[in-house]
This record gives sequence, structure tokens and C-alpha cells, in this order.
Amino acid sequence: MTWSEMQPLLEQACWDTLYMVGWSTVIAVVGGLPLGILLVLTDRGGLLQNTVLNKVIGQVVNIARSMPFIILMVALMGFTRSITGTTIGREAAIVPLAIGAIPFFARLVETAVREVDGGLVEAVQSMGGNTWTVVRKVLVPESLPSLISSTTTTIVALIGYSAMAGTVGAGGLGDIAIRYGYQRFETELMWITVAVLAVVISLIQFVGDYAARGLHRRGGQSGAAPRLRLLRSRAAANSGSRATTDSDTEAGSGSGSGPADAGTSAETPAADVSKVD
Amino acid sequence: METPVITTTGLTKIYRAHRSRGREVTALDGVDLHVREGEVYGVIGQSGAGKSSLIRCVNLLERPTAGTVSVAGQDLTALAGRGPRAGKELRQARSRIGMVFQHFNLLSTRTVQDNVELPLEILGKSGKERSRKALELLDLVGLSDKAKSYPAQLSGGQKQRVGIARALAGDPKVLLSDEATSALDPETTRSILHLLRDLNRQLGLTVLLITHEMDVVKTVCDSAALMENGRIVESGTVTELLATPGSELAAALFPVGGDASGDDRTVIDVTFHGDAATRPVISQLSRTYNIDISILGAAMDTVAGRQVGRMRIELPGRYEDNVVPIGFLREQGLQIELVGAAALASALVKEGAK
Repeated sequence: MTWSEMQPLLEQACWDTLYMVGWSTVIAVVGGLPLGILLVLTDRGGLLQNTVLNKVIGQVVNIARSMPFIILMVALMGFTRSITGTTIGREAAIVPLAIGAIPFFARLVETAVREVDGGLVEAVQSMGGNTWTVVRKVLVPESLPSLISSTTTTIVALIGYSAMAGTVGAGGLGDIAIRYGYQRFETELMWITVAVLAVVISLIQFVGDYAARGLHRRGGQSGAAPRLRLLRSRAAANSGSRATTDSDTEAGSGSGSGPADAGTSAETPAADVSKVD
Repeated sequence: METPVITTTGLTKIYRAHRSRGREVTALDGVDLHVREGEVYGVIGQSGAGKSSLIRCVNLLERPTAGTVSVAGQDLTALAGRGPRAGKELRQARSRIGMVFQHFNLLSTRTVQDNVELPLEILGKSGKERSRKALELLDLVGLSDKAKSYPAQLSGGQKQRVGIARALAGDPKVLLSDEATSALDPETTRSILHLLRDLNRQLGLTVLLITHEMDVVKTVCDSAALMENGRIVESGTVTELLATPGSELAAALFPVGGDASGDDRTVIDVTFHGDAATRPVISQLSRTYNIDISILGAAMDTVAGRQVGRMRIELPGRYEDNVVPIGFLREQGLQIELVGAAALASALVKEGAK
């Protein structure tokens, strides 16, 4: 295969990937953000404490997250058809991608929002703010750097998932690598595709880290270290320990990596992809 | 100065530990608190005494298990409703109560000015009004040059000034201070306390503060209460407390030590306040009765703007020999407490008189 043959293939694949990942990210953020916040708010000691609802949402999220993507895609075919009118092509791939990414992102959001100092919530309450004010003025803005990192992680994971979208004829870089590179023994094309993916992912990670760090630098290093869980009503020490960002937030959900930390977040998507395969 | 602004009656808060049936912690055990208008009221106690729960119950950040809270004539416990969420009326009432926190609780992603504007945003004020008010308040706390800085760029004392400015944004009549100076060094603590004092005088602000530092009470408080195990053990104006014989708070405010140097000596604690503090009473005593007085320990300070002091002095001779000089001191308006052997002797003399 010559370069002139490869080029249009690669170009088309790039656009397909960006199109699918772009839309599914938008949907994942729109759906996952409120879900993640709701998980925090309804937890014990939260502002909207509702243990039953919390358990239900938590379980739904867990089930959705444990589903291998390729199975999810097949399982959702009926639903996909009812929305897009088809089960093949780029649009059809967006539906399972988005639905797979919503719970993933929701867990990352949950972790990020939990890190917001409970004292800030208390402060806004003492000013007469309601729950919505707390969400709008405290939880989201204060966890924004982490949320941006979570979005980066989600995008990278979605690029990994989108390789499988080829099975429904959606195209994309992963699809090219499998169909041409692997199945037709076009090793050269496969490596080029992998290289392109590597560049794309590095770029996304770089931009995401840059944005998150920029926000951190503006507000960061403050006394308001994200130590305390929202659940505790009493303010505890929030002076001092900010130093290394959020790399220790991971354990909580077992899903995301410490955002804003290039090292760990680069590993997570890889782990996710391998799980799916 | 007489109308109570904050009143709690029978305030009780019991925490039930989750999933451990029967294990309860009583943080507040029937607390009656009366804070009068325009005063600085200090609640002092060790950690775990229930101070934090008390101040959080005043604006109902914590729901009391029993009892009532009323602030500025409004019964907040009645507004609370049943659910865990705060209704509109309670939220409105809260916006009229300022609160300052130990760890400042400033939003790290907002500038100083935006932090101060936050309560005004919640109150739905227009942008122009917000920034005018915020700058005015920052000027009041002496931080007008830091309006565009982020909290991360400020020192602890400056952060607390921002916290205070923010608490004042809603023009509250009442300011709650939750260990506002406990995270600060002594120098900064003093400057923050002076700021609170000034605000109290300038704006007629009623301040309820909780602290574990006696110095705080000494520096700014008009009244004080001592909390132990969820109860208020002692309370009153600082002057009253100092005049109360055997008051733990008074003793803690002015610790005086020293033991008698011999058996045939009389040791007494003298508490000065008001006019007596400025008169040379001891020197008069010495001259009038021609006795040698040794001072074993003394503390002098300005409490709530008045000079107050305590002194432990030793007079030669037993109690019986010193009845007249002690009478002289009492006549001068000083408060006398006998210490140790003298106290015993005095009791014996009284019994003998009967």
C-alpha cells in the first residue's frame, strides 16, 4: 500500500474518530456530571441524603461500568436504532460510546467533587445558599481542575473504545488498524495508525493537563486543600497540605486515575482498553 | 445593651453514631445562652466541650435535637421545618447572620473580591451593587489593595480578614465566630481580635465567638461562658465573673500563684476592677497600718476596655491579726478572697463568733 493510498483512508479515519469521540464526550459530560454530583449529594451526610437513591444510582453505574464495551454495543442495538434509525455507521456508534462513558465519567466526577472541602459547603449554607447554590458556586468551580482532568481521561478512554466501533461499520482509526493493518497484513499502515493515535492522545492529554494546571495555578496552592470529604460537617484542617495534586483520589472509585497527573492518567485508559479487549 | 439578640433555651444535641446502635454522644446538654445586643460574647471550653456544636446550632447548620434558638427575635428552630434541607425562610434568616470560620473557607477559584461578593450573589444583588459593597468591606478590613488577589496569595491573617468581610456582606446584626483565630499566630490573632472589637463598636455588631484561648476572652469579650461536657458551667459579664468568688473563669483569666512563706502569715487574693484598679490601694494600706506587704503573684490586664487585675498578697500575722486591714481593702471596693490557712482561720473565727 502506498502513501497516496493510505492518506485518504487515514484522513477519513481521523475525522470519524474525532466525530464519534467528540459527540460522545459531550453527551458523557452532560450526562455524567449531574449523575456524579448526585452520587455525592445523595450519599450519607450529603446535602440531599437519600441512601436508597444513592444505592440505586451506584448500582446502575457499576453494572454499566462492568459491561465490556463490545457487549454493551450489541446489547444497546435496539436502543440505538430507536434513536438514530440505524445500527451501523458513525452516528450509531455514538450512542453506545456515550452510554458507556456516562457512568465512567460520573465516577470520576464523584471522586473529584468529594474532594471539595466540606467547610466551603458549610460557608455557603451559612450565607443562606441552597443546595443548587452550593453545586453552582462551590462544588463545580472548586473541583473544576479535577473535572477537566476527568474529561481528558474520558476522552482518551473513548478513543480506545471507539476502536471497537468498527464492528458496526463506524470507521475510525482503530478500525483501520484492525481491518487493514491486522486482518490484511498491512503492517506499515497499522503502525502508522498507532502512531497517529499516540500523537492524538498525547495532544489531548497535553491540552487537558495544561488547562487543569492553569486553573490550579490560578486558584491553587490555597489553604483549601481538597482533603475533607463533603460528608463531614465539621471543617477540618484545610491549611497546608495541597502540594501534590489529586493523585491519591483514585482508590475511591477504582475507576479514574489521579487527574492532573500525566503519569497515572496515561496509564488508566490503557488499562481500560485491555480490559475491554 | 439589654435585649438578648441570641437566646437558646434547653439546647440539646445528641449525635447518633451510624450503625452502632445505642452509642450516642451528647454534644449539648440543655444549653441556655443569652447574648445581649452589641456585646462580644465568648464561649470558652476545651475541644469536645460542645462549643462547635453550639455555634452551629445557632444558625442551624446543625439541627438541635431539642430546645430552641432565637436570633434577633426570630425563632429559628420553628423555621427549620422537618426535612434535612433548609427552607427558604431559614436560609433568609441565615443570610442575616454572618459566620467566620477557623479555616477561613474561602473559595480558592475566586478572587478576594469575588469571595466577598458571594453572599451578595446569593442575596441576588446586582453586579454594580455587589462590587461597590465588596470594595467598601475590603476597605473596612484593611485589604482594599488585595481585591484582585486569590486567597492562595494571602497570609492567614489576611484570609481571615477576607472571611470577616464576607461575613459582613449581608449587613448582619450578628456575627458568629467559630475559632476564628485558632489557626493564626499570636500577633495576627491580636490584630484580628482588634478588628472584631472595632467592628463591634463601629457597626454595633453582636459577636458570639467560641474559642479555646483565654487570651481571646480577655482581649475582646464583654461576657463569657465556660463550657464543659456540653453544659455551660459559668456565664456572665467578665466584670461579674471576676467579682464572683471561686469563679473558675476568673481564676483562669487571671491565674495567680504563690504559697505562704510561713505559718503565721495571711494570704489573700485581691481582685481589682473599676475605679479601684487605678488607685494606689496597696500602698495606702501599707502606710495606714504600717505593715509590710509582700506580693506573691499578680496579673493586670485590660478586659473589655477596663483595667482589671488580681493580686495575691501576704500580710504578716495570722488572720485574726489582719481583720482590720482586710476590712480596709473591702471598704476600698476590692474583692478579697482568703487563701489556704487564712480561709480556714476565717471560718473558725466566724464559728467562734456564733
